Amino acid sequence: MSDFPHTPPRYSATFTPAINAEIRRAAASGIYDIRGGGTKRHLPHFDDLLFLGASISRYPLEGYREKCATDVWLGTRFAKKPIHLDIPVTIAGMSFGALSGPAKEALGRGASEAGTSTTTGDGGMTEEERGHSKTLVYQYLPSRYGMNPDDLRRADAIEVVVGQGAKPGGGGMLLGQKISDRVAMMRNLPKGIDQRSACRHPDWTGPDDLEIKIHEIREITDWEKPIYVKVGGARPYYDTALAVKAGADVVVLDGMQGGTAATQDVFIEHVGMPILACIPQAVKALQDLGMHRKVQLIVSGGIRTGADVAKAMALGADAVAIGTAALVALGDNDPNLEAEYQKLQTTADAYDDWHEGKDPAGITTQDPELFKRFDPVLGGRRLKNYLKVMTLEAQTIARACGKNHLHNLEPEDLCSLTIEAAAMAGVPLAGTSWIPGRNGGF
Amino acid sequence: MQSFDLGKEGLRALNSSLHALKGQTNMTDWEVINPKGAHAIAAGVDAPVDITVRGSTGYYCAGMNKQATIRIKGSAGPGVAENMMSGTVIVDGDASQYAGATGRGGLLVIKGNAASRCGISMKGIDIVVHGNIGHMSCFMAQSGNIVVLGDAGDALGDSLYEARLFVRGSVKSLGADCIEKEMRDEHYAILEDLLRRGEADHKAKPEEFRRYGSARKLYNFNIDNAAAY
Amino acid sequence: MCGIVGLFLKDPKLEPKLGELLTDMLITMTDRGPDSAGIAIYGGAKDGLGKITVQSATPDQDFKNLDGDLHDAIGQPVAMLVKSTHAVLEVPLDQLDAARSALAHLRPGIKVMSAGDSIEIFKEVGLPKDVAARFEVAKMQGTHGIGHTRMATESAVTTMGAHPFSTGPDQCLVHNGSLSNHNGLRRELVRKGMTFETQNDTEVAAAYVSQKLKEGEDLGKALESGLEDLDGFYTFVVGTKNGFGVVRDPIACKPAVMAETDEYVAFGSEYRALVNLPGIENARVWEPEPATVYFWER
Repeated sequence: MSDFPHTPPRYSATFTPAINAEIRRAAASGIYDIRGGGTKRHLPHFDDLLFLGASISRYPLEGYREKCATDVWLGTRFAKKPIHLDIPVTIAGMSFGALSGPAKEALGRGASEAGTSTTTGDGGMTEEERGHSKTLVYQYLPSRYGMNPDDLRRADAIEVVVGQGAKPGGGGMLLGQKISDRVAMMRNLPKGIDQRSACRHPDWTGPDDLEIKIHEIREITDWEKPIYVKVGGARPYYDTALAVKAGADVVVLDGMQGGTAATQDVFIEHVGMPILACIPQAVKALQDLGMHRKVQLIVSGGIRTGADVAKAMALGADAVAIGTAALVALGDNDPNLEAEYQKLQTTADAYDDWHEGKDPAGITTQDPELFKRFDPVLGGRRLKNYLKVMTLEAQTIARACGKNHLHNLEPEDLCSLTIEAAAMAGVPLAGTSWIPGRNGGF
Repeated sequence: MQSFDLGKEGLRALNSSLHALKGQTNMTDWEVINPKGAHAIAAGVDAPVDITVRGSTGYYCAGMNKQATIRIKGSAGPGVAENMMSGTVIVDGDASQYAGATGRGGLLVIKGNAASRCGISMKGIDIVVHGNIGHMSCFMAQSGNIVVLGDAGDALGDSLYEARLFVRGSVKSLGADCIEKEMRDEHYAILEDLLRRGEADHKAKPEEFRRYGSARKLYNFNIDNAAAY
Repeated sequence: MCGIVGLFLKDPKLEPKLGELLTDMLITMTDRGPDSAGIAIYGGAKDGLGKITVQSATPDQDFKNLDGDLHDAIGQPVAMLVKSTHAVLEVPLDQLDAARSALAHLRPGIKVMSAGDSIEIFKEVGLPKDVAARFEVAKMQGTHGIGHTRMATESAVTTMGAHPFSTGPDQCLVHNGSLSNHNGLRRELVRKGMTFETQNDTEVAAAYVSQKLKEGEDLGKALESGLEDLDGFYTFVVGTKNGFGVVRDPIACKPAVMAETDEYVAFGSEYRALVNLPGIENARVWEPEPATVYFWER
């Protein structure tokens, strides 16, 4: 043996321990990894943007004194009854089935108290959420689970779901563990079997057919309800333009950070674009059609703070939607439950096996013993508090930029910290007028 | 009899008049003339009325129907009676693709042929087709019954759940997880009832049909069935 | 994403009405395609003469004395009929190629829409009714024709992006759907010498068919080859000097309705496009099967 020092063990940057573990898991199980949540990889995000604020060339508004409005109208293009929300932060579609009844109730309570809307999901409308949601958006999905004209008419808006950010172009699979008697009944399925959701709608394909489908829904609801069209962040310029041409009142654009109840990890991590890159393209499409602010744009996927809300709106969105953040506000992944997460071989803030229905927080489950742990009144209050904080934060920033309404924020109020964010958001790199890929600059 | 000229008065006027009937039973006979393939004719009706459409219709005629009996004296475009809840829809001619898609109740009768994706994702509706049905019919069909007096196209019942498929003629091919199943007394009884209500009892007898249903191999994921996904 | 109409006449008595019938069908499909519209008409072939349809963004300049200039260039008589932004040039059949190359020099700004014995193509940005009126389509006569209304998906709303696309003599193709492998196919066709005017997926399909015809396949065989090589969603309607063909992809969820009587074969993306055709009440009406080539020839 030589006396030279040993070369220390070195991990491959390509074959990392995590990658190797996944190879071993795949080899042992023969099935791809299914999980809930959104992408976990690092992506260019709103954190890479900063607001410039005001000083001499711009005048700021006095915090708490001078008005900075936050309300938003949605569905003003064709609907007889457009929606008016007090705050521009809405609750994204999450299904009863993926979530427990009490969790849906809590979303309704919190959103209504904060003056905003909730959205159903791929499992029909429940009394819990209709009863507790002042403004409820009813999703029209490929599976049509629970779809019926009575719920269509008692919704406040209808969201035709073409795709979602976690899996643009994909369907879904809810594993049998979560198909309880009640979920099975609402979906017309036998209890305990996997529920597969199609990736295309059963009775239309493409924008020309979508136009006819939207027209049918308008006829059924007597042209009262705003019709949203939700797309995943895939080809946002074209998809936004086509949703507008097909007759949408509102376009909902979900970036790849958007969560899902369950889908393949490979889909979540490798398909779609970050929301930061999606918004400017969608806004450009609306502007090119002369429809910016006439057809409203709701963006989602990784919205966490009032700063994110303000940045999304500065880039041209009319409102945002939150899903994962709302679940965390309700109590999902709480470190107080660490011992229970350990039993599931995971840890707080990393738990994503929502599809297995074993959520210790009682939120993403159909197990009555587990969801008893969750108090919908307390959960609702927590969500309301969180929504209020986000709104106050966004107002703080808007006032600092001299705005008397959140929707007056502009891309010119922003700068970028990274070249990637500058290129994607179309916002100059801080301290320069340089936007990569565009002419000029210093 | 209320007669409504669609060409003159327009679709919105028709559907709002029909929607206003909710809960009423005194204006029960309606006739729609000059449909000319228009879309969403009599969509969203919720009243026990009889509506006759004299001519061919476009997409989504009788969409989400509840209670009403709607007769199309012509052919129907894509998605006739889509998501029907209850009532009866009778198409004298042929039906385009997606007939009865996601239907949850009621009876859809097609006297001619139905094109592709008939009964796609059906959830409780009964469908009787006097002629043939096209490819991918009953894809992901969840519950309800379909009776086909003629032939079925490719991939019948692909990814089927618990809907019952009865076909008298040939089946070009079965979709993934769809198999032929034994006919039992209960099935003859279902057929007898549906043939009668579907105005087809003079054309076919229950004994002439074969039954197809789910093999239930896709019900819980198993890697050995992965090729079928 | 679009609306398609097509009419192939079997009864010569209807030929004077071809343009009128097609115009009505085309306008009915406005909802499916409000961005642009176009029409290919086959008719009026004269022995020994061929036709080139050209388009210009500045017709006042480009078409001024174009017939005279072209006459000087090819040394043969040229007749010209100007219709708005388009002009149909009639030249001796054996001079078609010479005329095309001369045009490229004489008027670099103009685009060739079609060339052949009997085809004329007119297409522009705008609502179908405006496009039809601008070119007086309703007055045209012919044996068969194909029309298209476009809702642009990924490529630009321009005159050249409108359908029909013609990439070979007397050939044209229109499309409803969205191809998913057209970029790779375009690169392959460019290597084989095809040239492209747009980034449109449909132009690739048209060029693919033309390439197959050039390689000696008949239209039916070319469309069957397309079922193997073209990925995505499509209903195609194609025209040739004597024929009219229809094919849908194997999934076949873009709509297609056909009607046949003793007088004609008609195609519509929706039935309502066909409702005003003579004798439609008694026509055989059906939906084309997936991955099946339908073809009529006179």
